[in-house]
Amino acid sequence: MRALLLGPWLRAGRGLPRAPGSGHRYRGHSEYRGHSGHRPQGPLRRVSVEVLEHLEHLALVDFRDAEGVERLQKAIQFADQLHEVNTDGVEPMDSVLEDRCLYLREDDVTEGNCTKELLENAREKVEEYFVAPPGNIPLPKLEERETFLQGSQ
Amino acid sequence: VAARGCGGVWRRARQRGAGQPGPGPSPFPRGQRAVACNAKGGAVPAGKSGLAPWVPVVGLEIHAQISSNSKLFSGSQVQFAAPPNSLVSFFDASLPGTLPVLNRRCVEAAVMTGLALNCSINKKSLFDRKHYFYADLPAGYQITQQRVPIAVNGSLSYSLCIDNKMSQMVTKTVRIKQIQLEQDSGKSLHDDTRSQTLVDLNRAGVGLMEVVMEPDMCCGEEAAAAVRELQLILQTLGSSQAVMAEGQLRVDANVSVHHPGEPYGVRTEVKNINSIRFLAKAIDYEIQRQIEELENGGTILNETRAFDSKLGCTVPMRDKEGKQDYRFMPEPNLPPLILYDAKSLPANMNHQQVINIDWIHERLPDLPSVKRKKLVEQYGILPEHSFTLLNEDGLAEFFESVVKETQMKPKKVIGWILKDLLSYLKQHSLTVKESPVSSFLLADLLNLLEKKEISSTAAKQVLAELWKGEVKTPLEIVKEQKLELLQDQKELEQICQAVIDGHENEVIMMVLG
Repeated sequence: MRALLLGPWLRAGRGLPRAPGSGHRYRGHSEYRGHSGHRPQGPLRRVSVEVLEHLEHLALVDFRDAEGVERLQKAIQFADQLHEVNTDGVEPMDSVLEDRCLYLREDDVTEGNCTKELLENAREKVEEYFVAPPGNIPLPKLEERETFLQGSQ
Repeated sequence: VAARGCGGVWRRARQRGAGQPGPGPSPFPRGQRAVACNAKGGAVPAGKSGLAPWVPVVGLEIHAQISSNSKLFSGSQVQFAAPPNSLVSFFDASLPGTLPVLNRRCVEAAVMTGLALNCSINKKSLFDRKHYFYADLPAGYQITQQRVPIAVNGSLSYSLCIDNKMSQMVTKTVRIKQIQLEQDSGKSLHDDTRSQTLVDLNRAGVGLMEVVMEPDMCCGEEAAAAVRELQLILQTLGSSQAVMAEGQLRVDANVSVHHPGEPYGVRTEVKNINSIRFLAKAIDYEIQRQIEELENGGTILNETRAFDSKLGCTVPMRDKEGKQDYRFMPEPNLPPLILYDAKSLPANMNHQQVINIDWIHERLPDLPSVKRKKLVEQYGILPEHSFTLLNEDGLAEFFESVVKETQMKPKKVIGWILKDLLSYLKQHSLTVKESPVSSFLLADLLNLLEKKEISSTAAKQVLAELWKGEVKTPLEIVKEQKLELLQDQKELEQICQAVIDGHENEVIMMVLG
């Protein structure tokens, strides 16, 4: 059975960490150690194929084959290097814009009226409406799909 | 609106007996309230039927479209009916390279609403992305305020009548959990014959205020009264026109039932409710459906149901696949929204870039509850009357202008307004603005009555004539139809004698008893 090290990356609500002690934007160099040889701290969590299927369902991504899944795993390992930084007691940063002023626009009509231009992007249209399939086409269940994940039960 | 309140506890009104009817659209006979309510509130002990009482729990999520010229994050126009996709900017269509720019008016609308609902305004609030796939959401996410919304912890007071005669009103309060700014989605038109959906993005990106209420209500009528009051408040503030028929006010109800003392039951979400009347019906139906299901040994699924107004029932909604994972993340393109008050006002900032909560607070108009109080105090009318006056658009102003033009006491005028004028308007489905009888005409008529030149029966006749909308004054009609009250005693005696003389038989019968 193939298991994937999706690890702490899956935990909700984690933002990018900042260096401890600095109240401002982090300007230091990050020490990239490269893909190989680095292990994230803490116990490795083994995650089931169900989680991977959930990811496919959410993001409408098809991991396609073993190489695709392996690439995902390597990407997670690379990102896990962030855990080397101690972020105890530090507020996560949402955006580098956090110290900027949020610009407030006056309530004037300045845009729109470009139906023709917008519809140029539409593959299909009906009388100036965009055409879409009826409702969401549900992703078929794992058993019914021709996906690489099937074989990894 | 004045509606009957329920005490908070329902008991199934139907007897267990032979021939349990199968599940059908209406769980109780038409027109009959299947409720054993205790008007004082509190749990009702199990009655003779031996069935344990149920406590329904109702929470509402209300989306109010902000009344503004342009959209929340873009400069395209906000308008109800327009050619498809004509009010859409590149940002609304989610073309790459576009960015959101916050509309100041939308923030002010949310602050006004928060203040009117007694909320704490968060001086720093944040924007987030809520991801899901649907054809009318071109970006694949909606910008909302999930973590720190603009306003929290408020309350809304509303009134209900607790008996049929509308003479005893009780005030209830529902807590407001939060108010958040968010984007509206576009509109989908489903074409089932050709198996496709037509998408119009005119509405995509319009500013919404989501008002989340705590589950403090227990039946459809409470919910309807609360929503009606919120609607009046929004219309008074001008932050939303809140017309449900145009989709400017959308209500979703969360309904569950449980036995007193036990934990809350599984809740269902009811959507697709298009009017306040249907809101009450949908909630009451769903409560009854859940009670029946549970008493028959079934379970309630945590699902989303749609209200079918034709059948008067709720049905499971298709296309809602299990529990959604919205993958909330901070909106990276928008810094925090900072609001100021008199104390924290920055000295050197551009005036146009600053929103001062205190400045807005000082300029809030009189809310409906304040207006009602003033009407009662100023004119000596009953509280129920003030409710009806404010419930009809323009009626309070009409009443006040009649009072100004007539010598008749307001307490008497109100009867003519609420009984005669209003019933005519309702019969002909007219608004106050469309009334063929203006406040001046009515005042003229009431003056004739007050000066005892005509009787009240005659006055009603004149009103009926005025209603036709012909250009005649009340005095002209009175003269035309000879409705003047006879003041001459002798003339009156002559008429009475003539009547008696002309109906000898009837007189004899009356004398004999």
